[in-house]
Amino acid sequence: MAISQQFLNPTLFKSLASTNKNSPSPFFRLKSTSTTFNFKPLTSSSSATIITRAAVSSSDSGESKSRETFHGLCFVLKDNIDTDQIIPAEYGTLIPSIPEDREKLGSFALNGLPKFYNERFVVPGEIKSKYSVIIGGDNFGCGSSREHAPVCLGAAGAKAVVAESYARIFFRNCVATGEIFPLESEVRICDECKTGDVVTIEHKEDGSSLLINHTTRKEYKLKPLGDAGPVIDAGGIFAYARKAGMIPSASSA
Amino acid sequence: MAASSVISSSTFLCKSSSSKKDLGISSFPKSSQISIHRCQRKSIVSVMAPQKDRSPGTTGSVKTGMTMTEKILARASEKSLVVPGDNIWVNVDVLMTHDVCGPGAFGIFKREFGDKAKVWDPEKIVVIPDHYIFTADKRANRNVDIMREHCREQNIKYFYDITDLGNFKANPDYKGVCHVALAQEGHCRPGEVLLGTDSHTCTAGAFGQFATGIGNTDAGFVLGTGKILLKVPPTMRFILDGEMPSYLQAKDLILQIIGEISVAGATYKTMEFSGTTIESLSMEERMTLCNMVVEAGGKNGVIPPDATTLNYVENRTSVPFEPVYSDGNASFVADYRFDVSKLEPVVAKPHSPDNRALARECKDVKIDRVYIGSCTGGKTEDFMAAAKLFHAAGRKVKVPTFLVPATQKVWMDVYALPVPGSGGKTCAQIFEEAGCDTPASPSCGACLGGPADTYARLNEPQVCVSTTNRNFPGRMGHKEGQIYLASPYTAAASALTGHVADPREFLQ
Repeated sequence: MAISQQFLNPTLFKSLASTNKNSPSPFFRLKSTSTTFNFKPLTSSSSATIITRAAVSSSDSGESKSRETFHGLCFVLKDNIDTDQIIPAEYGTLIPSIPEDREKLGSFALNGLPKFYNERFVVPGEIKSKYSVIIGGDNFGCGSSREHAPVCLGAAGAKAVVAESYARIFFRNCVATGEIFPLESEVRICDECKTGDVVTIEHKEDGSSLLINHTTRKEYKLKPLGDAGPVIDAGGIFAYARKAGMIPSASSA
Repeated sequence: MAASSVISSSTFLCKSSSSKKDLGISSFPKSSQISIHRCQRKSIVSVMAPQKDRSPGTTGSVKTGMTMTEKILARASEKSLVVPGDNIWVNVDVLMTHDVCGPGAFGIFKREFGDKAKVWDPEKIVVIPDHYIFTADKRANRNVDIMREHCREQNIKYFYDITDLGNFKANPDYKGVCHVALAQEGHCRPGEVLLGTDSHTCTAGAFGQFATGIGNTDAGFVLGTGKILLKVPPTMRFILDGEMPSYLQAKDLILQIIGEISVAGATYKTMEFSGTTIESLSMEERMTLCNMVVEAGGKNGVIPPDATTLNYVENRTSVPFEPVYSDGNASFVADYRFDVSKLEPVVAKPHSPDNRALARECKDVKIDRVYIGSCTGGKTEDFMAAAKLFHAAGRKVKVPTFLVPATQKVWMDVYALPVPGSGGKTCAQIFEEAGCDTPASPSCGACLGGPADTYARLNEPQVCVSTTNRNFPGRMGHKEGQIYLASPYTAAASALTGHVADPREFLQ
C-alpha cells in the first residue's frame, strides 16, 4: 500500500506533515464510511503533526473485513486491565445492541482506570476517543464476560488492542463481535510505548502483523491471529457460521 | 437413571489388576480410593453402557485417554475423540442469561436470525434476573421488562421474574443470583454443557459438567442454533488431599490455588479438582471452588461427580444425565498437589485475586466494613459458617456487616434453619445478636458495585473484607476502595475485630 510506504519513511512523513499544521493532508485521509467520523488535527511534541484516524468498514456482522491498516495515537496500559476498569459495572445497564446505548458506552470507555493513569481515554463530555490503538500488558480484559468491554472500546473509536496476552472471554468477545482487533505482541510493547505515540498497524500476507511506533522509530512483530483468524476475517461468529454453512444467510432469515 | 449405576457396585464387575490403567476406570472417579479398592476383588466385563452407532474399534478401552472435559465436549460434538486445541461445534444443553446481558443477547439473536425467529429450544434457556434488581435505576428496571417481553414472545419455560421490587417475597418466581439458582433449581447436571452470559458460570463445573461464560454475541448465536464453536482446552489437575481443618473453607482453597498460579495461570485451560478433600466437600463448597476458576483465567472447572453430587442433583431434577470421568491414561498439562491439612486461612489483598496473604499476617489492617454475599460466598452454608463463628465468639461486630443472601431460598434458610451447636438459633437471630445489618433482598448486590443506590455499595474509599470473587480497582464501586477477598469464617472474624482476622481467634 502506497500510504503505508510513506509511514515507513519517517522523514517523508515529517516533511509532509509540517506543511499542513491545521488541515489534514490528502495523503493521510483514508476512505471513511463512519457517519460520526471526526477529524482532530493534532500536534505532537516529537515529530508527526497530522494524525488521521483510520476508517474501517462498520463492524456490523456479515461484512467481510479485510485486515486493514490502522494509523493513529496509542493509549498505553499495563497488566491485568480487568473489564470493570474498561467499563465500570454501573454502565452495565446499557444494552450494547441498541445504537444509542452503544454510543453512550463508548463515551465511558476506560472510565474505571485508577488515578495511576493520567490521561483520559475519552475526554469527559466527548463520545469518541482520539486514540485508535490500545496497548496493554498481560491478561488484558480479565474479569467479566460482559461484552460491554470490547463494545465500548470499539464504540469509542478504537480499532485494535495490542496486548502481551489476553484473558480468554475478552479475546473471544472481540472475535465474535468484530468490534476491535485483538492482536498479541511478542514483547512488552507497553513498556516501550507511551500514550500519545503515533503508531501504525500493518497486516502481512502470512497473517502476521507489524506495529510501527513512529514516535520512537521502533517496529514490533505481532503474532498471527491463529485459529481466531478465519472468524475475524469473516467478520465475526455469525458471518463465519454463514460461510461455513452452519446457519442460513441473512437474507433468508 | 444412567447415573445411579455408576456408584452401585452390583452392576459393575472389576478386573483385578496392579495397574490402574488396565482397570478401565473411565467410569470411576480417578481419585476415589474406595471404588478402586472395591474393583480389585472382582473381574471386569464392561464399565460403560454400549454406545449405539459405534464401530467396533471405539468400544471397550479408549486408545487415547481423555480428560473429563475432553469427554464432555467429545460427546457434545458427536465425536469419539477430541484433543486439546481442536475447534469443534458443540451442542448446548442449557443456556443461562440474566438482566444485564439478556437484552443484548436477544437483541443480537433477533438482528441475526430475524424479528420473527424462534429460539432453538424454549426449555433449554434459563433467564434469571439477578444483577441490578433492587434499584431505582430506570435502565436497570427497563432491562428486566425487556426480558419479560422476550420470554413471553419465545415461550421461555424458565424465567424467574420479578415485578414487585419493594418486596422480593411477593415474587413467587424470583430466585436471585443466577449461579446459585441454577443449582438449586436442578439445571446443573453431570456430563452436560452449560453456557451462561456471566463469567462465573464456571461455578456449575462443581457438578461435573462443562460450564463456562460467554458474551452476548455468542449467546445470541446459541439462542438461534443451540450450538457454539469451542476450542478444546487442556486440563490442569489439582489434587487436594488431607482432612479439611475446621477453620478452613473452600474459599481458602481456591484463594490458595490462585495465589499459587496467578490470575493468568489457567488461561484457556480446564481446572480439574479431585482428591480426598474434594470428596469431603459439600456441593455448595464445591461450587465456591469452581466459582473462582475464572479468576485464574480458567476456561472451566470440573469436579468428578460422586454420591454427594448425585444426591443433590437427583433431588432437584428428573432430567436424565450421564456423568463422565477422566480416563486413567488421560493427559494433563499440569499437576498440582496440596496437603490441605497444612493450609491456613488466606485472603486476597487489594487489588488482585492472586495477591494472596495469610489472614493472620494481615491482622494490623484496619477495616471499615464486611460484606457477606454473592455466588461465591452468599449461599446457605456460607451464612451458616459465619453464624457459627459469631455464636462461638459471643460478641458484637465492630464494623458495619452487610449480609446479602444469594437467593430467596438462601434468605429463607437464614431465617429458618437452626445453626448446629447454637441451641436452636437461626442464622438471622445470631446475626441480629452480633449487631450485623438485617439480611438484604437476594441479588448480586454490591459484589460488582452496580447502580449508585445499590445496597452496601462501596461509595467511599473504604477497606472492606468480602466473601465475593474480585477485588480489582473499583470492583465494588469506589476506585480507591480496598477489598480483601476472604472466606465467610475470615469475614466474620474480621467483623468482630475490626481488622483482617484469622478465624482461629474464635474457632479454636
